[in-house]
Amino acid sequence: MSANITTAQPKKEDKPLTTENNQRSPLAHLASAGRAETPSRSTPVSEVAFEVNNLSCWFGQQQAVYGLNLQIPAKAVTAIIGPSGCGKSTFLRCLNRMHELVRGSRLNGRIRLFGEDVYGPRVDATLVRRRVGMVFQKSNPFPTMSIRENVTVGLRLNGVRQRPVLEERMERALHMAALWDEVKDHLDLPGTSLSGGQQQRLCIARALAVQPEVLLMDEPASALDPIATMKIEELIQELKKDYTIVIVTHNMQQAARCSDYTAFLYLGRLIEYDKTVKIFTNPSNKQTEDYVTGRFG
Amino acid sequence: MNTISPYHTWRKVKNHSMSVLSFACAITVIAPLALVLFYLIKAGASSLDWHFFTQLPKPVGELGGGMANAIVGTLMLLALASFIGVPVGVLGGVYLSEYGSERVNWWIRFGADVLNGVPSIVWGIVAYALVVVPMKGFSAYAGGVALGFMMIPLIIRTTEEVLLLVPNGYREGALALGIPRWKIILRIVMKTALKGIVTGVLLAVARIAGETAPLLFTAFGNRFWTHHLKDPIAALPLQIFSYAISPYDDWHRQAWAGALVLILIIFLINIGVRALTRGKFSGATR
Repeated sequence: MSANITTAQPKKEDKPLTTENNQRSPLAHLASAGRAETPSRSTPVSEVAFEVNNLSCWFGQQQAVYGLNLQIPAKAVTAIIGPSGCGKSTFLRCLNRMHELVRGSRLNGRIRLFGEDVYGPRVDATLVRRRVGMVFQKSNPFPTMSIRENVTVGLRLNGVRQRPVLEERMERALHMAALWDEVKDHLDLPGTSLSGGQQQRLCIARALAVQPEVLLMDEPASALDPIATMKIEELIQELKKDYTIVIVTHNMQQAARCSDYTAFLYLGRLIEYDKTVKIFTNPSNKQTEDYVTGRFG
Repeated sequence: MNTISPYHTWRKVKNHSMSVLSFACAITVIAPLALVLFYLIKAGASSLDWHFFTQLPKPVGELGGGMANAIVGTLMLLALASFIGVPVGVLGGVYLSEYGSERVNWWIRFGADVLNGVPSIVWGIVAYALVVVPMKGFSAYAGGVALGFMMIPLIIRTTEEVLLLVPNGYREGALALGIPRWKIILRIVMKTALKGIVTGVLLAVARIAGETAPLLFTAFGNRFWTHHLKDPIAALPLQIFSYAISPYDDWHRQAWAGALVLILIIFLINIGVRALTRGKFSGATR
């Protein structure tokens, strides 16, 4: 494994662009406004899913993310926006320890998932990934497997063998991914026989079948047509009742439509993080305003 | 007519002549193969009968007899060689594609490429030194070791190539589900590349099936049935060789038949293994 959490500080040649915003927590807004109408659950509404402290990461000598601090609320949709190469995907891949799989990668800082250190010394990356699912930009159903096998693969390869359990979880996951009605009559066809949008929903169902707590989505709709995109967005609204969702997107309208919180990253730094409404109507930062209004990026 | 017409004609001429030329080259590749097959069938088929598959070679001077022991011997040697060569080769390929560091991989690849170029008789000497001398005798084991060692570098390289063709998205997708790495490699990556791995293995089997040199002083050949793998064993290439250089017309005919049978064996192994490993859905690679 190439990821090691060193205490060495990154070179600070230039100051973060907005120090005050870097430290800002969205949870102040959480407690006061917005989400109180959600019916009470076993967990308080203002629960934090991810707490990220001073996260920096590198690819070899190249630094991609500079000292990120933010808290991602549970059971809400958090969008990460920013121009290409700003570190959005890298940040996302740090959250489920996928970043460390890249040869020569390294990171520094701390990420806690519901209070537990994701990079703790005794933490198994495989177990982290079982709790933090991920959907990729390019849909990747396994070509040797049927639709049924694709959905249950995460369970089967983690030792679940009982057929009734597998069938039940598969059906539930496909229902949640709004795909059941379209595929229920041909579950034994190859996963790759579906259309692009269906394949992406199949991948979402596959991620949901292992019952993660968080779902990371890396531009899940960027390769889809508007109708398929709409379906994915509706799905996200449905899923946030039960899951914490972090979505990386290039599409500003998408972030505005389907997220509760938005983080704007630029050149590897967190420029602004706030409620989505605030970011898109009254951003505190000039750069954020320029970006969301399409003046750069 | 328009002004671009002359240029248009010339371009068509060039285009046409190039496609004729490349077609001719493609035919040149196929032609010798067709000739070999045609001649083998013409010369060998007439000597093929039931006795050829069921009887031992007859003593010098007697007509008839067959190569039953050599056919079985070749199958046993191929099985022994595959027993050594396939696991080592495939797992080595998995290491190169899925685990190894760049520096280590460079050396392993370099080693495999050099070994691929080693003349087959040298493998015979290696097996002679490693197996025949310590065991104090020629044996089927020694022949299997010589052929198995020849398979390893071939299979390592083909396995690595086809595993690298499996898109990384599948590995990442599986990792994101929290599946342990070894299960991902075995059940998803290798399964996706299964056809390619099998093709590589079959190419290696076909390559060693006709080897004579490494068997000369390892398996040695045998005119009778071999009852134990510690004993010398007959093999089709050896039998073909000794019959072909003999002065008897009957043996020459049998050598042709032996060559035909050897090709048929490879052909049948190919078809059989492909039918067995055919997945429900075709994978991403050939």
